[in-house]
Amino acid sequence: MDLAYVFIQLFNGLVNGAFYALLSLGLAIIFGVLRIVNFAHGAVYMLGAFGAYLLLQQWSVGFWPALVLAPVGVALLAIVVERLFLRRLYGLDPLYGFLLTFGLTLFLQDAMRLRFGIQGQPYPTPEELAASVSLGPVSYPVYRLFVIVFSLIVCAVTWYVIERTRLGMVVRAATERGELTRALGIDVDRWVTGVFAIGIALAALAGVLAAPMRNVAPLMGSELIILTFAVVVIGGLGSIVGAVAAGFLIGVLASLGAVFNPAFENVIVFALMAVVLLVRPAGLFGSREAS
Amino acid sequence: MKRVLVLAMIAAVVTAACGAAAPTGGASASPAQVKLNDGKLVIGVINDQSLVYADLSGKNAVEAVKMAVEDFKAKYGENALGGPVEVITADHQNKPDLASSKAQEFYERNNADIILDVPTSSAALAIAKVANDQKKLYINITAATTDLTGANCNKYTFHYAYDTFMLAAGTGKWVTENLGKQWYIIYPNYAFGQDMEKSFRGAVTKFGGTVIQSDGSPFPNTSGDFSQLLVKAGQLKPQILGVMQAGGDLVNVVKQYNQFKLGDQGIKLAIGLLFDTDITAVGQDQMAGVVYTTPWVWSMDDQSKQFADKFLKRTGIRPTFAHAGNYSAAWQYMEAIRRAGTDDADAVVKQLEGYKFSDFFIRNGNIRAEDHWVMHDALLAQVKPSSEAKEKFDYSKVLGTIPAETASRPLADAGCKK
Repeated sequence: MDLAYVFIQLFNGLVNGAFYALLSLGLAIIFGVLRIVNFAHGAVYMLGAFGAYLLLQQWSVGFWPALVLAPVGVALLAIVVERLFLRRLYGLDPLYGFLLTFGLTLFLQDAMRLRFGIQGQPYPTPEELAASVSLGPVSYPVYRLFVIVFSLIVCAVTWYVIERTRLGMVVRAATERGELTRALGIDVDRWVTGVFAIGIALAALAGVLAAPMRNVAPLMGSELIILTFAVVVIGGLGSIVGAVAAGFLIGVLASLGAVFNPAFENVIVFALMAVVLLVRPAGLFGSREAS
Repeated sequence: MKRVLVLAMIAAVVTAACGAAAPTGGASASPAQVKLNDGKLVIGVINDQSLVYADLSGKNAVEAVKMAVEDFKAKYGENALGGPVEVITADHQNKPDLASSKAQEFYERNNADIILDVPTSSAALAIAKVANDQKKLYINITAATTDLTGANCNKYTFHYAYDTFMLAAGTGKWVTENLGKQWYIIYPNYAFGQDMEKSFRGAVTKFGGTVIQSDGSPFPNTSGDFSQLLVKAGQLKPQILGVMQAGGDLVNVVKQYNQFKLGDQGIKLAIGLLFDTDITAVGQDQMAGVVYTTPWVWSMDDQSKQFADKFLKRTGIRPTFAHAGNYSAAWQYMEAIRRAGTDDADAVVKQLEGYKFSDFFIRNGNIRAEDHWVMHDALLAQVKPSSEAKEKFDYSKVLGTIPAETASRPLADAGCKK
């Protein structure tokens, strides 16, 4: 019995890890290119979930179109924010970007609270994925397996874009040596808006994926964002592979820890962060220059 | 002719005034004019106005208290309490230290005569202590801990709407007798959850069931994930999964319970504390069939519906039991002032202790003098499918009444030493 339990916890860990990975991947990309710690990432995740909810409630648009429409919609909003506000902060102390995104978080959360109340809105699991499959001795919800597979695909595609395309080359170059890249005559600024939008879209996507299994409420991202920051620190600030690997790693470790004691789930993340900061201050995958 | 007219007018004025002052209920005779200590009555409402309990009580609970004040004046006349009535409010963000300092401020600087509401057990206990130190009244409505009338009871604190014992006595008994005897209980690991676990364990065992195991979940639960406990439930195969989480945590548990299809495996859901706002968040049909205990359901009878209609008109939502409880508690407090003829805390306490009453919210009420628990009937309710609902917020039907005696913790177990 115990072994089956641990086995299932592995899958639960991967599901949690999928959310951490998508969120920290977006955070890492944005930090890499814009040098901005996007504190509003949790609020964006929330907007993604509400986007899916609104599409369903207002226009009867189901889960599958929402998987594309909600992130695109939120990303368009992000482009406006980048053009109007963030743009003015490049080159200033990172603290300013932090303050701005923190303020945006409060604004977004309160705006949603004003409209929808604090407690949450319903969102059904898409019918195609509502079944359970047998995983050895226990049955497991198909939707959860879908979350694991889908987010792995998204992470792989993002990795491919970053490692194999011209956009990715610029992103990597700007992440590692921003000034040098500019000096070589590459117009980094031209790519900035797009990169920001992609990072935001990834967070909104995580929000849509969360809607059928989490409470869709204005503060749903406010606690998750703290964990996500921890994941990014463990993976290495600005490291793209690190963000994804650390996301899944933390998800699995926390879930396996919870087998021994439910409280471990919260403790393990921060314990690991403390150890990593002591032993490898740049993070598991980080290079010294990036941090 | 003129003189007759003047006399008639004086007579009319006098009768009108008497009529307004005439008591319509209660044992006391026509009360003398109320004398307020500092010329006005100040009612403080401290609750969560921005976080997890903001919908189920929050600003609309303040509106409910204001409604009670207005209705009271409409019934007994503008000068019913011998002076103006002011309602003040603060957000305690569910933090005990903030709750405590706000209460201090209300009692000392704003001359508040009473504090109402206060969700979050730890914050409620903090305010009970301040009330006792200040020798001012405090009627709790939205917190659940039995400690308010137990280990932490005092002369100035009353517990009005519900507590964990009531919830367990209703749901724990009914579910054990009707759905299954083997329970696995999960609870949020803090004051409220631990108290709930204890109360439910007591009730389940008392009515012939067993608690196979119980597990605490971290609070706050940062990841929003409860799959570990749900998988464990699938392994333990209890007949009943007793869920003691509240608010957003409860919504997450139920959503994930449905996703893991534990219901299909014969593991039935029992929920400790359920508010209408939770049903909105999960979805009525996803929740249909769940049996729970509550002091009040807005659609239960005509007078409750009347209040609910008025409340809807004013706030745009149907009242939760916390909203109704705040209205009722404010009303009964003002009635007690009229009986006492003063807002002096000790005199009002004397009027409240042992007082028997019924209103739209409280049925067969009796304010127990020994521990200040307000004994009253509770309801066993069931969430109905949306196909049976008459309107959007018509969530539940009443299955039966739990008599006040059964719904109240026996005095001997309270351990209250005032």
